[in-house]
Amino acid sequence: MMIEQAKMQSLADRMVRDDVKGRSPWADARKRFFRNKAAIVGLLLLVLVVLFALLGEFFAVWSNEELDFAVMGQVAQMGAPSIENGHYFGTDDLGRDLFSRTVQGTQISLMVGVVGAAIAMIVGTLYGAAAGFIGGRVDQFMMRLVDILMSIPYMFVLILMLVMFGRSIGMLFLGIGMISWLEMSRIVRGQTLSLKNREFIEAARATGVPGWKIITRHIVPNLLGVVAVYATLLVPLMILTESFISFLGLGIQEPLTSLGALISEGADTITYGTIWQLAFPLFFFVITLFAFFFIGDGLRDALDPKDR
Amino acid sequence: MTRPLLNVRDLRVTFHLRGEGDWPWTPPRNLHAVSGVDFSLNPGETLGIVGESGCGKSTLARALIGLVPAEGQAEWIDGKNLIGLSPGKMMKYRNDIQMIFQDPLASLNPRMTVGQIIAEPLITHNPRLKRPEVKERVKAIMEKVGLLSNQINRYPHEFSGGQCQRIGIARALIVEPKLIICDEPVSALDVSIQAQVINLLIRLQKEFGLALIFIAHDLSVVKYISDRVLVLYLGKVMETAATAELYSAPLHPYTQALLSAVPIPDPSHDMAASIVPLAGDLPSPFAPPSGCVFRTRCPRATGKCATETPVPFGDSHRTACHFPGPLTEEEIAVARRVETA
Amino acid sequence: MALLDITDLNVSFQTNDGTVHAVNDVNLSVKPGETLGMVGESGSGKSQFSFAIMGLLARNGRATGSVRFDGQEILNAPLKTLNRIRAEKIAMIFQDPMTSLNPYMRVSDQMAEVLTLHKGMSKRDAVTESIRMLDAVHIPDARGRVRLYPHEFSGGMRQRVMIAMALLCRPQLLIADEPTTALDVTVQAQIMTLLAELQRDLGMAMILITHDLGVVASSCKQVAVMYGGRIRETGPVGPLFASPAHPYTQGLLHAIPRIDHDGDELAVIPGAPPNMTCPPAGCAFEPRCPYAREECANSRPVLEPFAEARSRACFVPLDDVLQYRLPRTPAPQHVTQGGQA
Repeated sequence: MMIEQAKMQSLADRMVRDDVKGRSPWADARKRFFRNKAAIVGLLLLVLVVLFALLGEFFAVWSNEELDFAVMGQVAQMGAPSIENGHYFGTDDLGRDLFSRTVQGTQISLMVGVVGAAIAMIVGTLYGAAAGFIGGRVDQFMMRLVDILMSIPYMFVLILMLVMFGRSIGMLFLGIGMISWLEMSRIVRGQTLSLKNREFIEAARATGVPGWKIITRHIVPNLLGVVAVYATLLVPLMILTESFISFLGLGIQEPLTSLGALISEGADTITYGTIWQLAFPLFFFVITLFAFFFIGDGLRDALDPKDR
Repeated sequence: MTRPLLNVRDLRVTFHLRGEGDWPWTPPRNLHAVSGVDFSLNPGETLGIVGESGCGKSTLARALIGLVPAEGQAEWIDGKNLIGLSPGKMMKYRNDIQMIFQDPLASLNPRMTVGQIIAEPLITHNPRLKRPEVKERVKAIMEKVGLLSNQINRYPHEFSGGQCQRIGIARALIVEPKLIICDEPVSALDVSIQAQVINLLIRLQKEFGLALIFIAHDLSVVKYISDRVLVLYLGKVMETAATAELYSAPLHPYTQALLSAVPIPDPSHDMAASIVPLAGDLPSPFAPPSGCVFRTRCPRATGKCATETPVPFGDSHRTACHFPGPLTEEEIAVARRVETA
Repeated sequence: MALLDITDLNVSFQTNDGTVHAVNDVNLSVKPGETLGMVGESGSGKSQFSFAIMGLLARNGRATGSVRFDGQEILNAPLKTLNRIRAEKIAMIFQDPMTSLNPYMRVSDQMAEVLTLHKGMSKRDAVTESIRMLDAVHIPDARGRVRLYPHEFSGGMRQRVMIAMALLCRPQLLIADEPTTALDVTVQAQIMTLLAELQRDLGMAMILITHDLGVVASSCKQVAVMYGGRIRETGPVGPLFASPAHPYTQGLLHAIPRIDHDGDELAVIPGAPPNMTCPPAGCAFEPRCPYAREECANSRPVLEPFAEARSRACFVPLDDVLQYRLPRTPAPQHVTQGGQA
């Protein structure tokens, strides 16, 4: 089988005058990724979670703000998950529908993760690639600045900011975005430094390709693998950070909520026997994190075949 | 007499290196990677540069093409000194001087197709060229170097080492340069592939009238391809001569030692009887020996060698040695005793 | 009696792209004190052959057949037996000395550890013995340098340290896998001289694995030429180099430039080595062979004796091969693309 394939391929290459299509490194990576079972499971889970976040609203009988006066006050007895009254996931302590609140919380958590990772990706890649490529004093200065920013206890600053300027979703994004790119810029700079001395960069410089073109044509495409992996692994970290802040009660403001805030509420009321208030948000939280970690691992294996 | 394509006089490359634990205000240490190199190269000629690792041969190549800053003279055929030209002015000459690298795969961007890689110098120097024409020229040059032109959309990792080196050659050739600097172009290739690439280079050289600067540590390959050979040791030229003369009648003790150490694929050749061993290790390039840099390992060194730096002399066969000439039996015997002691 | 007897050795690897047959049907024997040169290009299976003998195959590798050392079966032997044999009877050295030296341990500690473990020596005796061994490999000031870390030695010296360490237990067989490939010619000459000298003094047999025919010619008695995972030709070094009986051996010998000849044409072996995930049905060299005939494409030749102590695996009549013929396709050749390169 193998022999035939290879022989036919080389024969075909010689016969055909048309151009042969190449297998790009990306196509190879995609093939390796889809061979990885854990990564596929992760991707599937993530798709389901995203579908839940996007389409869940259409299935909800109750909105996330409505109070169900029928169950209010006797949540432990009446608020359990049930199909009949439309509270698929039960209700929270105030009688609000937990299903639509979980949908809403998942939306916010995913958004925080993705926005945080996106800021990290854009700012971190540009900053790191510029520092690495320019080198010398500029590089020294830029990286020392990152060191200084990193040495500030960010959680403390973030909490202080939320307390001072009020809790708002914008402030949360700003805070998380500010810290997320630091590590990324360091990784990208390291990669750029090692790429800069590769022979194909030298070849481009020797032939007179201008600096910015070397960055966009030769350096950034070769960085994307690392950046993609790191960004995927950064999403769950961002979600965790947000959850932690929400757990402290400083995150998203009511009536909006996030998975972290829901888990926090669920944990508070667990002594009243309303286990579903903790279980459902926690389930989605764990599933989402798992999915991202599996995908990140899969991407890393796919993009860095040397580790196989 | 024809004007040389490239006339290099007193070329120097100095690296200013900082130690790991140095303070920002500590003066950097100077490393003279290449010092006082002279040679001239005629159009269509091949100059071989040999020497052991750390002798500065790759640095010399990079200095000529402007990848590392250098001082001195490198006069192009039109009278312009290439050293210290601004990037904008250098651009015109980058068309004429191209380079081929040692590691065939590493010198190709893995995320670009072969067509894009080969076209890069062309579109850098002729940005207004139309796409179909670029493609046509890329395909033509691929056929020239023995690649199938329908492979234009493949990626480097789909090719073997020898084919990757052909891609590198095609990239260098597409702008129709006058000089190609080959930095160890075959040392990463298998024996049976080496010959293919060497013969290809020679054929292309004849066809395009190229001049080559061929850098290698393999003295047999250099002998095969070069018209003239330059021997470097610790960044300095030890000897330079026409190939036949250098290999048959080397004058510098270092050249003699180097040539005697080349293994010969002939079992009847008695290596042990002819070898001139070199004592000790290469001295640190940070603290090169005074006088003649080779004196610490030279079987003929005297007090004069430590105090006076030898100046290369001679006409077409130049040697930088106070006492040039074939080593005598006695001197070889001394060298062997020192080595085994 | 032979020291090492290899019969029907096969090595295969399970990979994502299918089974790779790296070594096929190798039969060899090495007599005490003899030097066998194993010649081949990258991917010919020569390194996997040595790893199989030492039980060092990667986890996805499988070796079958028989390897008897001094009458004892060592292929796929239990780890305990292997460990004892590896340390005391068979030693191995590599291209990169740092693969067998621990960068965080002093040379004295590393060397003494071997002796205390396998010979039950006291630490003090072990260090004394280590110094003696470093002296034997001509490391100047061995007593002073034994306390250094591996990175404090130069490339050639590090190679010597590795050799000294490999020879501590006075092995009967040394497997040297490209021991000088990364070194400069002058250092290579030193190391090869040293190996020959040590071999003579210790009465040790050696398998020298290399791609360099020059090194083989000057240091081996017997030669085996590998291509595509199979031995193509074996015999004593003199006759094999003088009248190569396999087209591949012949091609190799004509494809390397010679420092001791003038004006030879470099004959090219067209094409590229086979892809071992899908080896050709017939002789692996058939696509590149100037003598290839119909049967070569369909069935595999086996190694057969044809003259005293010489064997070859080829269908082409011996007389045809001995009448040397230049390759059938003159340059440029179009290199075919076989599966993944």
